[in-house]
Amino acid sequence: MYRIKRNKLTELFAAISEAQDLFLPLRKCDQTNYGLWSQEEAFDLDTLKTVKSAKDCFFPQSEVLYRCKTEGGKLSIDPQKLCDRDFVVFGMRACDVKAVEVLDNVFLNEPVDTFYAARREHGTIVSLACHEPEETCFCKNFGIDAAKPGADVETWFIEDSLYWNPLTEKGEALTAAVSELLENAEDSADKAVEEEQESIRSIIDKLPLSHLDLSKFKPENTMELFDSPLWEEMYKPCLACGTCTFVCPTCQCYDIRDFDGGKNGVQRYRCWDSCMYSDFTMMAHGNMRTSQMQRFRQRFMHKLVYYPANNDGLYSCVGCGRCVSKCPASLNIVKVIKKLGGEA
Amino acid sequence: MQELITRAKELLADGTVSRVLGWKKGDMGWDPEPAYFEKEEELENFVYNPFCGANLSKYLIAAGKLEGTTLVFLKPCDTYSFNQLIKEHRVKREKTYIIGVGCHGTLKAEKVRDAGIKGIEDAVIDGDTLKVKTIYGAKEMPLMDALLERCKVCKGRTHVIYDELIGAEEGEEAGPVGLAGDRFAKVEELEAMSPKERFAFWQGELSKCIRCNACRNVCPACSCLKCVFDSNQFDSNQKANADTFEEQMFHIIRAFHVAGRCTDCGECSRVCPQGIPLQLLNRKFIKDINTFYGEYQAGADTESRAPLTDFTFEDVEPGIVGERGGGR
Amino acid sequence: MQVENTEFRPKIVAFCCNWCSYAGADLAGSSRLAYPADVKIIRVPCSCRVNPMFILRAFQRGADGVILCGCHPGDCHYTTGNYYTRRRMTLLFSMLDYLGVENGRTRVEWVSAAEGVKFSTTMNEFVAKIHELGENVRLEDLRCKN
Repeated sequence: MYRIKRNKLTELFAAISEAQDLFLPLRKCDQTNYGLWSQEEAFDLDTLKTVKSAKDCFFPQSEVLYRCKTEGGKLSIDPQKLCDRDFVVFGMRACDVKAVEVLDNVFLNEPVDTFYAARREHGTIVSLACHEPEETCFCKNFGIDAAKPGADVETWFIEDSLYWNPLTEKGEALTAAVSELLENAEDSADKAVEEEQESIRSIIDKLPLSHLDLSKFKPENTMELFDSPLWEEMYKPCLACGTCTFVCPTCQCYDIRDFDGGKNGVQRYRCWDSCMYSDFTMMAHGNMRTSQMQRFRQRFMHKLVYYPANNDGLYSCVGCGRCVSKCPASLNIVKVIKKLGGEA
Repeated sequence: MQELITRAKELLADGTVSRVLGWKKGDMGWDPEPAYFEKEEELENFVYNPFCGANLSKYLIAAGKLEGTTLVFLKPCDTYSFNQLIKEHRVKREKTYIIGVGCHGTLKAEKVRDAGIKGIEDAVIDGDTLKVKTIYGAKEMPLMDALLERCKVCKGRTHVIYDELIGAEEGEEAGPVGLAGDRFAKVEELEAMSPKERFAFWQGELSKCIRCNACRNVCPACSCLKCVFDSNQFDSNQKANADTFEEQMFHIIRAFHVAGRCTDCGECSRVCPQGIPLQLLNRKFIKDINTFYGEYQAGADTESRAPLTDFTFEDVEPGIVGERGGGR
Repeated sequence: MQVENTEFRPKIVAFCCNWCSYAGADLAGSSRLAYPADVKIIRVPCSCRVNPMFILRAFQRGADGVILCGCHPGDCHYTTGNYYTRRRMTLLFSMLDYLGVENGRTRVEWVSAAEGVKFSTTMNEFVAKIHELGENVRLEDLRCKN
């Protein structure tokens, strides 16, 4: 266990960013989102949840896959270079860290997504325990411990210090690289961290959404849940916007499109897609989800039933609560869990 | 609130209406969701408090296609949107029973939470104070710090269309106590900046956009069956926040499409997950329309011609923008 | 007025209505009145055909200035088209200005079929203005740039 004074964080970040890229929650125009840090940028580690999750660092909202161009009657294809620069994402919360595992199952299984794999290979995650979880948090339901966020290095803010505990090889390497700034934590540090963890866990325990009943969401109930008449009741306020999917740390659907840049050639890019959009399932033969009810059902069935059925029971919701606070119509996965699970 | 429930039950029972469109209690005190109620007992979950910001007029487009009459609760602001939709033949007046509900401002839950008030159960507006009932007891905060941007410059408490009023007086004009601010103040502030500063301001704001389309989908004026930005015939990046031009393009065109039809209900800014002050784009159009073509409030009536589908022989020339200089 | 031959060659899109301005451009040509070749004319049935999106698209695709020419108010082939144009463009230009785009990059001019001289002077003036403003960077799309 190591520690560093809070007021020396800028030095730490400067040291990290010398050798590699550093992504931090940055405060811009009144909102906090992950972004590439440089000395001029103001970081914000106090905001519990960034608007968009840290997913952006590994699976950006839009990225170019390749470019093609015709010159003198010849077609040239220029694939996008894979990420080859090491980077650190600092300050990811336990839920966002768990979400990376959810994404890994999708992108790192055959066929491997090379763009994502390259970023995972070069990225080191430094997680941060949630000092004060909010009432929209419900990570506990998914077996996530906000007091022990995991990843390559896990950290805790306690009073004026950041306690730093490397867990993996990558974490050790990063620790070694900035060892000049880190001091060995005093013997009492373990106790201080334990106390902090206790305090976090006791807050989580008291949160209103911490004790949901997920027992119904099992693969064997797939058809029963799918055919439930409750979907008809629930979807109605849904505006069919993509807010929930775009702020979600685990949503992994994307669309591939071309942008015709004129004489500058064509870019083939991919961008996040949302199952809430009517053209999400649009294909040459037509669209098989024609109503918003079907689209709404798809999102939650995927998170709570289909995904766990294919991934050893791992839910693809991590309980970050972003959809709870951002949905324009105050719909969210918690309401769905309660209603379908028989609680409400 | 009880009065609203009782009246809704009566109207359901005597068959005047087939369903009620209102707000339903959420898990937390601050997240009521728009909801349909079809049975009297369901109305037990009905709620109306200052967190009920959602403008239900948009839902009436879909409700108009359902069998029977829909009872809807509209705040003063929302009635403007409804009027505008009548003008555009998007809603059916005869299939809607409107109860105008009184409004003293709607809240931004995040602001209340940012003020350190947690475990919110309910809230009541008392003059310029917000009284919040929480699981930790009663809390108070200045109303101004908790209001949605749109409510700080309330356009009045008059319902422009209704079948009956509950909790509101006919012809009530003043905004909530002490709140009748100047809605163009921020627009003017921007206009006074240099083009370079303005550009930097908008670049910062618009580059936060995640293209979730919440602003579009919640907007009562955005009622196209198929949005131009969803067309696959149109070379746009729709979902990608690819680069700054796309966001500028999307927001300029969206604001333009609703210019002269936007009632300034402020739903776009309410729902933006990134807190982009979208109302500043719409208000710029409103301000320009007022200056160039005379005061106009969309949705104030159902007959008048919208400024962009009208003209006079004496209209100003587009060159005015350069002549008057700066951003005015 | 002649524009000096400098390195910067602005790209200028001129939307001209079929009935007046396009004929005005023709007259300028047959009268041998010079205007810079940087101006690319797009013929439209009426100035009212020009959707604000056309103007933004032009900027995206590399235009440094966009000018819209139509019949004089009152002379529209379709009676009232240009009155609507006038309102639309006033609001659009004001919005672009509000977003910090230099307001000299957009212009509306009424040019009749008999005004070859006006067409030529307008274009010369506009090109000179764009030269002054330089390249369009505020509404550009990097994907369309080399």
